[in-house]
Amino acid sequence: MKAYLIALMLWLIASPLWGQSFRTVSSEVSFFSSAPLEDIKANNEEVIGVFNADKGAIAFVVQIKGFQFAKSLMQEHFNENFMESEKYPRATFEGKVLDYNLTESGEQQARVEGTMTIHGESQEMEATGTFEKRADEIIMKAVFPIALEDYNISIPKILFQKIAEEVEVTVHFKFKEG
Amino acid sequence: MKILKVVILVLATVFLKVFGQTSSLMAQDSLLEQLQQDVDPIENIVLGTFKGTRLINGHTVMIRGAGNLDFMISHRFGRLNSGAYNFFGLDEANIRLGLEYAFTDRLTVGFGRNSFQKVYDGFAKYNFLRQQSGVRNIPVSMTWYSSMAVNTFKRPELPLNFQRRLSFAHQILISRKFSKCVSLQLMPSYVHQNLVPTKEDKNDLIALGVGGSLKLTKRTSLNLEYYYRVNPNEDDGLYDVFAIGFDIETGGHVFQLHLTNAQAMTETGFIPGTSGNFWDGDIHFGFNISRSFQLKEKNKSW
Repeated sequence: MKAYLIALMLWLIASPLWGQSFRTVSSEVSFFSSAPLEDIKANNEEVIGVFNADKGAIAFVVQIKGFQFAKSLMQEHFNENFMESEKYPRATFEGKVLDYNLTESGEQQARVEGTMTIHGESQEMEATGTFEKRADEIIMKAVFPIALEDYNISIPKILFQKIAEEVEVTVHFKFKEG
Repeated sequence: MKILKVVILVLATVFLKVFGQTSSLMAQDSLLEQLQQDVDPIENIVLGTFKGTRLINGHTVMIRGAGNLDFMISHRFGRLNSGAYNFFGLDEANIRLGLEYAFTDRLTVGFGRNSFQKVYDGFAKYNFLRQQSGVRNIPVSMTWYSSMAVNTFKRPELPLNFQRRLSFAHQILISRKFSKCVSLQLMPSYVHQNLVPTKEDKNDLIALGVGGSLKLTKRTSLNLEYYYRVNPNEDDGLYDVFAIGFDIETGGHVFQLHLTNAQAMTETGFIPGTSGNFWDGDIHFGFNISRSFQLKEKNKSW
């Protein structure tokens, strides 16, 4: 009886309820804008994500105020004038990782597609990246090209030389099961 | 009995399992919603309370980030009511050139040279409280401001030693950004002048400043500033300083255009010594232009 009970409990606890769910243990989102007068970079670690290995579903949330710039004035303008981070504090992505093999070890190419929401605007988009399974961890990297116009982020003409119309957003996640 | 127990246990387990699965399947549709609830609060510091480090004549709570050097050129022209012959004051200009450096994200030290009364001024400004929400809730920003001015104007009729040329101003700047568009600031101020015109005049002056900024567009704002002198000298022919201004911000520059009754551009000058009456037309057109240079970048590795 006791053994049966323990076995039951183990079955209940150990087997995943649905698929294999992974949570980010460390994550970083950075963006890079290259324009004639200036290259602008910023990093953000205020990001969390979840990945469901069975379905390939992925979602992440980026806190806009977490972007750190080398120039603090730029950081202020980024939040105040472009992203309006008080009004739109988060950017989100929800979608699927495609063409990956969970049992294969080593780095593999994968695609991701889904809905990106930035500055209150949602866009369907696709990106390429890498996928790597290491023991109980999954490492993912992807580069999203973001056209500012698509997200209703306007650049004043006077700053055209300083800010690119399309910026590169790189996401870097380390997931662990749980 | 034992069999019944086992049956109940099995049923319960299976039920739990199935129920658990369906509920998480339902939850899976909103993977993102689930995630949204798990986001840790961030230290949400209110940004852009004011566009510049100056409101109009006086300072705002704002400090530039560490490693930032601001070069500032300010002008106050002559009085508008001086007429067409003086081109409404534009023939005559006072200028202040200033440099200010942010040693940390909270501390700025600056100095300047004013053509008016040939004054050299130096100041230190420390932002000790930041309006924020999230991890901590702080409703206002507060900055300590202290300045010293040396009047080097030659006055052969007066024996002026260095001591007599000095004056000091101290302020606590308290601001709150009420909404995306509206910020207000209170400026309790204390000014000490080592030299005053007559024996009866007081060396110490208490004043309370109020100011505000209304954002018109993302890059422009309308500003007001007024300093009420609490204990002015009687019949000194001086007035409280009032100013109305318009800010334009373009990346690293802030252009501030304004109308004010003050000619001086230091707290030690315009709080106790404004001789123009705004409402009589003793109005000076003026501007501040600041240009930011990031001398030291944070986290160079990026």
